[in-house]
Amino acid sequence: MSGTRAIALAVALVLLVTLPYWMSGVYYVNVASQILFYAIFALGLNIIAGYGGLVSLGHAGLFGIAAYATAYALQAGIGHPLAIIIALVVGLASMAIFAALSLRATGIGFIMITLALGQILWGLAYRWISLTNGDNGINIRVRPEPFGISLGSANAFYYLTLIVFLVALAAAAIFVRSPLGAALMGTRDQPRRMNALGYHVWAIRFWACMFSGLLTSIAGIMFVYYTQFISPQTLALTSSAEVLLMVISGGAGTLFGPIVGAALVVVVKNVVSAYIERWNFLLGAIFVAIVILMPEGLVPGSARLMRLARRRLGKSAGTPS
Amino acid sequence: MSALLVSNLRKAFGGLRVTKDVNLNVAPGERRLIIGPNGAGKTTLFNLITGELTPDAGTIVLLGNDITRVPSRRRPHLGMARTYQIITLFPHDTIAHNVALALLGLSPLRWNPLIDMKRQGHIVELAQEALKRVGLDHIADRPLAQTSYGERRRVEIAMALAQNPKVLLLDEPFAGLSIDERRDVHQLLMAIPRDVTMVMIEHNMDVALEFAERITLLHFGEVIVEGTRAEVVDDPRTREVYLGH
Repeated sequence: MSGTRAIALAVALVLLVTLPYWMSGVYYVNVASQILFYAIFALGLNIIAGYGGLVSLGHAGLFGIAAYATAYALQAGIGHPLAIIIALVVGLASMAIFAALSLRATGIGFIMITLALGQILWGLAYRWISLTNGDNGINIRVRPEPFGISLGSANAFYYLTLIVFLVALAAAAIFVRSPLGAALMGTRDQPRRMNALGYHVWAIRFWACMFSGLLTSIAGIMFVYYTQFISPQTLALTSSAEVLLMVISGGAGTLFGPIVGAALVVVVKNVVSAYIERWNFLLGAIFVAIVILMPEGLVPGSARLMRLARRRLGKSAGTPS
Repeated sequence: MSALLVSNLRKAFGGLRVTKDVNLNVAPGERRLIIGPNGAGKTTLFNLITGELTPDAGTIVLLGNDITRVPSRRRPHLGMARTYQIITLFPHDTIAHNVALALLGLSPLRWNPLIDMKRQGHIVELAQEALKRVGLDHIADRPLAQTSYGERRRVEIAMALAQNPKVLLLDEPFAGLSIDERRDVHQLLMAIPRDVTMVMIEHNMDVALEFAERITLLHFGEVIVEGTRAEVVDDPRTREVYLGH
């Protein structure tokens, strides 16, 4: 890791840890929590979309399933630890089914199958009223109290989300640097070649989907504990598109891109929308600008511009007057 | 025992029969050249042997094991490696990473999601060794996108050699190379020890004939001539369909 990068990461970590102290107001601390759990969601999607080249438009369905499973288990009187385990198992089992069905195709085919599966889950959440309470959704009365610490306050919940986010980020970083991560990127770039080198392309993609499903389920659980409510809207196609935009706008196939993308979307949606009535228009304009100016996404695009600026500065410094 | 034994292999795409009862018997250590005009079915034959295509009939035996129904991804584990006519590498990665991927393909480590790939000393060393064999060890850390066409050809060969194959299939390894690059690749192939059996498709007869011990001539998916270098070159059918008069 370069010195500049290490310093930037250390500064970012200090800012995140001290955020409740310098950020004025509970509302903004809650926005920060949202950024963090949406970043986990985006990191999950980025594993398959960015590193695996498999773009999913059904991930909100998996996010929602984990959230519903948590809410349903809690409503049935099950304790928080077991409810979380059940949600993770249900989320992973759903991802396994998703992967088994959608990995029969790649490219547009994969997108269409995941879109269809996501819509099926949304339809079930909307129409299977006896299970999901339909449009009225399910409420959660209380947040868990790990080690006796109440998560009722915005600050406490923020710190829990930060811990989970950092663990998820570390897990994603380890994964992409591992042989399995390298193999996944190989299957994205040259699947035929990877097969000829002895790799089981389908299985690599399947395990990548499972890791993606794990991060997505964790994000779903954090979401339902944050909002203390889950409704079919969470599983809608717009939610899947939104998280995909987080990944693409920040930089697909980069570790920090989805985090920046999540921050961008959540801030525009929650903060800018208070000042600009047509915030959707603004968000659209930002995405268009990113696609035109930095098609690789904000993080790699900014890095490219910085390299260019440094090179130009270096040249101008070396040019005799 | 043959290194590679292909018997009565058939393949058709709809009504088009591209491989017609092809038989091929390659002895261990042999250098076999497969020639034929464009569309003769040479690359299709390679794709059938490596399992990228499934034959309609016939058998493929590798080192005594019937691999006809073995998935293509398992064949490198049984001692088969190939290179492609159209270079098929990982352009965003370094040369060393490309070779490391080839090494990992045969290692159980490829399933490991927890270790840092760059810290696997033995993989790095083996990759460096394979690159040394093809004379690219000095630019191992160079991104593939910054290499010449000839260097990429050598990376392809390094990746195949890194897997320690018993049978190496080379699909037009001299295609698109300059005279100097052709000489380098030729020397490289000639230096491969005899424990590796090589089957090569090649159009460039100057270098290919020097390489080959036996030659198989394919035409419209059929073997029409097979024999030693001299026998095949002297055969009137070879001149008629391939070499010209």
